Amino acid sequence: MPEKFDVIVVGAGPSGTSCAYKCAQAGLKVLQIERGEYPGSKNVMGGVLYRKQMEAVIPEFWKDAPVERAIVEQRAWLLDGNSMVTTSVKNNDWEQEPCNNYTILRAKFDQWFANKAVEVGSLLINETVVLECIVEDGKVVGVRTDRPDGDVYADVVVLADGVNSLLAKKLGYHNELKPDEVALTVMEVLNLPKEVINDRFNVKDNQGVTIELFGDATKGNLGTAFIYTNKDSLNLGVGTTLSSMIKAKMKPYELIEYVKNHPMVSPLIKGAESAEYLAHLIPEGGYYSIPKLYGNGVLLVGDAAQMVNGIHREGSNMAMASGTLAAETIIAAKEKGDFSEDTLSSYKTAILDSFIGKDLKKYKDANHTFEEQPQYFKDYIPMINRAASSFLTVDGTSKRDKQKEALKTFTKDKGTFTVVKDMYRAWKVMK
Amino acid sequence: MEENKNAQTIEEKQYLIRFKADTESHLHVLSHDVCIEKCPDKLCTIFCPAEVYKWEDIRMHVGYEGCHECGSCRIGCPHENIKWEYPKGGHGIIFRLG
Repeated sequence: MPEKFDVIVVGAGPSGTSCAYKCAQAGLKVLQIERGEYPGSKNVMGGVLYRKQMEAVIPEFWKDAPVERAIVEQRAWLLDGNSMVTTSVKNNDWEQEPCNNYTILRAKFDQWFANKAVEVGSLLINETVVLECIVEDGKVVGVRTDRPDGDVYADVVVLADGVNSLLAKKLGYHNELKPDEVALTVMEVLNLPKEVINDRFNVKDNQGVTIELFGDATKGNLGTAFIYTNKDSLNLGVGTTLSSMIKAKMKPYELIEYVKNHPMVSPLIKGAESAEYLAHLIPEGGYYSIPKLYGNGVLLVGDAAQMVNGIHREGSNMAMASGTLAAETIIAAKEKGDFSEDTLSSYKTAILDSFIGKDLKKYKDANHTFEEQPQYFKDYIPMINRAASSFLTVDGTSKRDKQKEALKTFTKDKGTFTVVKDMYRAWKVMK
Repeated sequence: MEENKNAQTIEEKQYLIRFKADTESHLHVLSHDVCIEKCPDKLCTIFCPAEVYKWEDIRMHVGYEGCHECGSCRIGCPHENIKWEYPKGGHGIIFRLG
């Protein structure tokens, strides 16, 4: 007789573990299945963990969790070939508990988090691939794994299997993703002594900095690069939509070398030693790409449900929030003794009412617009650099003429009307 | 050579990662004829972040052992010519850090 659980969670990333943790904590019988050697061994993330949604699962997690540095400064670089215009927000209050966000290393963090779920009673099985959902009479009743006699049954199956959710696709919940719906991102973990990081980034021990790099970092293609500080390493990565990568015929590993060798970047990483190289897709289709989120005996969470806000580099927080909402839905369904599509539909309502639904809706047209209108990354960032640099170059021209010249830089190439139109379009999709 | 401790080539980068390769590939090019006849640019050989795909005269060599399991080839192949599965449980790439 095969074993039966209340809940099977496929995947041990932030969304799956949040769901497993909350369900187990409520006394449900939970099985979590991870295909990697350990949780996190298949997972990649730039490395910014937002405190709020994690705290909703485990209060004061930072006292125990393997976090790297509390982020006290967030910088943005508008890069050109040999110059940049930068902004930065630094706030030492962000170092006070509860901190705003932390850098983490996923392979370490996910293991810790999944073990926390085990501590509250969830059963974790590693090194096991779920091949398909077992469907009986239109209802998901369990999963088929690649283990011998590997069928396991449950009242509800939670698909937390990430961006490549073959399981959701097999159920017909979404079509194959398109190259403009995903960002192909590569990253290196670069070891540097703690003191060197502190000096170069102007921070103290345990204070962290994030930098997002736009423009020349992706050679003007839709995407970003990033540099995040860990305790004694940096996460440096770069990604563009897969469609941009294909169109521009870029090799991801050459693009990351381009970033590492950029004159604005190379001084920060001088002498660093590469510790790991990682590639991953980020689901960035946003609101329009959200698949069917629930069915008879099944729920989708995290990347599998396309819950990423590319504009604000948010994903793991949405993953955790969706996992938590899924758990609440399941706990209510358990009380009712009904895991039908009708009962589980409250999950979708909860998602759309939460910040996840609201944020994804707010930016529903942003990615598509920037994909179709490449001038923002290709033209405007270099223009801003030229204008700002010219304004600050002292060469005997009067300040009034400098100002005129700077303004002219914006309208000379494109015409005033085009610039105004472009700015209006950008404002509209971001407002 | 302090400057060269960072991995520059794809070979050096791949060397940093731990793999536990299965004996069988989880990636399959469905038709090498499609690559020959319909895909002059052999796009997968360009955008694959691990240089898993290499064109050898008349067929696509698939070095699945170094695959990051990112899914780009499945989504990016313009001819849907790649059958993409997860490696067997516990096999494939094993990230230690990021």
